[in-house]
Amino acid sequence: MKADHPQAVNEAPIDFSAATMTEMKRVIGLFPEGKQKSAILSVLHLVQDELGWVSVGAMNRVAQILDIEPIEVYEVATFYTMFHLDPVGKNVLEVCRTGPCQLVGSDDLITYIEQKLDIKVGETTKDGMFTLKTVECLGACGYGPMLMCKYHFYERLTKEKVNEMLDAMREASKS
Amino acid sequence: MARKLLIEHADVQGIASYDVYRKHGGYASVEKALKTMSPDEVVEEVKKSGLRGRGGAGFPTGMKWSFLAKPEGVERHLVCNADESEPGTFKDRYLMEKLPHLLIEGMITSSYALGARRSYIYIRGEFMYVLRILEKAIAEAYANGMLGKNILGSGYDLDLVVTPGGGAYICGEETALLESLEGKRGNPRMKPPFPAVKGLWGNPTVVNNVESIAAVVPIVNEGGEAYAKIGIERSTGTKLISASGNLVRPGVYEIELGLSVEEFIYGDDYCRGVANGKKLKACIPGGSSVPILPHYLVTKTAAGTDRLMTYESLADGGFASGSMLGSGGFIVFDEDQCIVRNTWNFARFYAHESCGQCSPCREGTGWMEKVLYRLEHGHGTLEDISLLEEINKKIEGNTICPLGDAAAWPVAAAIRHFRDEFEWHVKSPQEAQSRNYGLIQAPLEA
Repeated sequence: MKADHPQAVNEAPIDFSAATMTEMKRVIGLFPEGKQKSAILSVLHLVQDELGWVSVGAMNRVAQILDIEPIEVYEVATFYTMFHLDPVGKNVLEVCRTGPCQLVGSDDLITYIEQKLDIKVGETTKDGMFTLKTVECLGACGYGPMLMCKYHFYERLTKEKVNEMLDAMREASKS
Repeated sequence: MARKLLIEHADVQGIASYDVYRKHGGYASVEKALKTMSPDEVVEEVKKSGLRGRGGAGFPTGMKWSFLAKPEGVERHLVCNADESEPGTFKDRYLMEKLPHLLIEGMITSSYALGARRSYIYIRGEFMYVLRILEKAIAEAYANGMLGKNILGSGYDLDLVVTPGGGAYICGEETALLESLEGKRGNPRMKPPFPAVKGLWGNPTVVNNVESIAAVVPIVNEGGEAYAKIGIERSTGTKLISASGNLVRPGVYEIELGLSVEEFIYGDDYCRGVANGKKLKACIPGGSSVPILPHYLVTKTAAGTDRLMTYESLADGGFASGSMLGSGGFIVFDEDQCIVRNTWNFARFYAHESCGQCSPCREGTGWMEKVLYRLEHGHGTLEDISLLEEINKKIEGNTICPLGDAAAWPVAAAIRHFRDEFEWHVKSPQEAQSRNYGLIQAPLEA
């Protein structure tokens, strides 16, 4: 179910781990009494860190935690592009496609990763290991072409570096 | 060698830690301000310095500070705009990653000047690893009595919080940033009221760029007048330039304003020329929102004088033959780059990042992207080029925030200077798919 579904508010809220809840309390506590909604982006990042994406059930739980209406969470989660509103692979490769990276070869990089993983932008590999996305400028323009995965920046990418990176990610995600 | 006021110590081992930063003169501005100066005296030094906002707009920081409303019993805030998202710009990330305490020091000194007791750093969500660096540095500052209650025995209290965005270019616009900081969608607010009167949670608020806040440190340490002596005319002090594109040595450079563009692109201390021995085709000197300059207007103005890295010189000639210093996002194109493709790319960026609030921007950016896609992919017509100019005029000046203008200007400038290349895409679509247009000729009579 998506956040724009009429029955979204009825989706059962899901619970987060104790560690995530502790961290959520900390980030909410950074703001003054009554301004807990200001922590919503931090909280949604924590949700995504735990689940890999932000489901409607998770948003409904966030609404309870922040003591706001579910719609207030939906409208935020759907506005900010970092939040994945559908399930994704274990490693989401977000390749910068904007001008400065394009000047130094991001088009070729995207094509190379598509061929290498046998998926198109927006798709996930069959084994659920990788999702490939393109994103707008990540503020690493002097070090392009580049991509982000799990908040880590992989910069000045070449085919060789991509190969090594993918191997290392496969290894790290085996479990 | 030029003076570096901000990043001189960036490569010192361990400089991200409190102790090493302190050993290199760190937090001197906090001591000086809190122990020997009144808040108004700090504001006065910033005014004297001539510092202009380093985020892109170039508005005088001291003047912005002096607009802050100070009603009795109402809390005030300083918010640092670390939502660095303007394509071509990556200087703030460099500064925060290398010198987190410089930003924190600037936040303390500036918050003191403004009478803010609760200040925030809003950093783009993709910079989560930088946020962790800042969190650690903030904790160190608290542990050493630079944040919290009664800082250095002065009676001044300050709490500082760093918090992430979620991936939205628009949140670099200050009122969108405040909306986001309140936990909402980043839709820019109508102005007035300005944030200086009604900002975060309705309280008077100053929003400043990372580099502007960091610059307050040397200004307070050495005095506004000393700072104003660096640079030329109304472009005072030093500026971080993010150099990207087809350069031998892209990266972040601190320059004294007034350096020649020629020296910046080709000088040994800076970018060392165009990569792979190619020729310069074009340059966007201040982030993707500012007009592109063709090679013959990059190092010289239309009047034939040397183009300098200053607010005034880069704007010389207006939009007809000049551009803007903007955020200092300096993007260089070599002779093999396609201007139509790049213009389409940036149009796609703005279409993606429009918040959707104002129809001229929401519809116009998407429309321009479609038209430019056609032109780039060999399906365009000559009418499409004039259509782009028409759409441009409908967007420019008709939106709540400057994103509309930022989307319109680059397209207008690209057509202004590279019309031949756009027309070539229409007339020779097959050829345009297989090779690039190359350099354009300077008009014989400017």
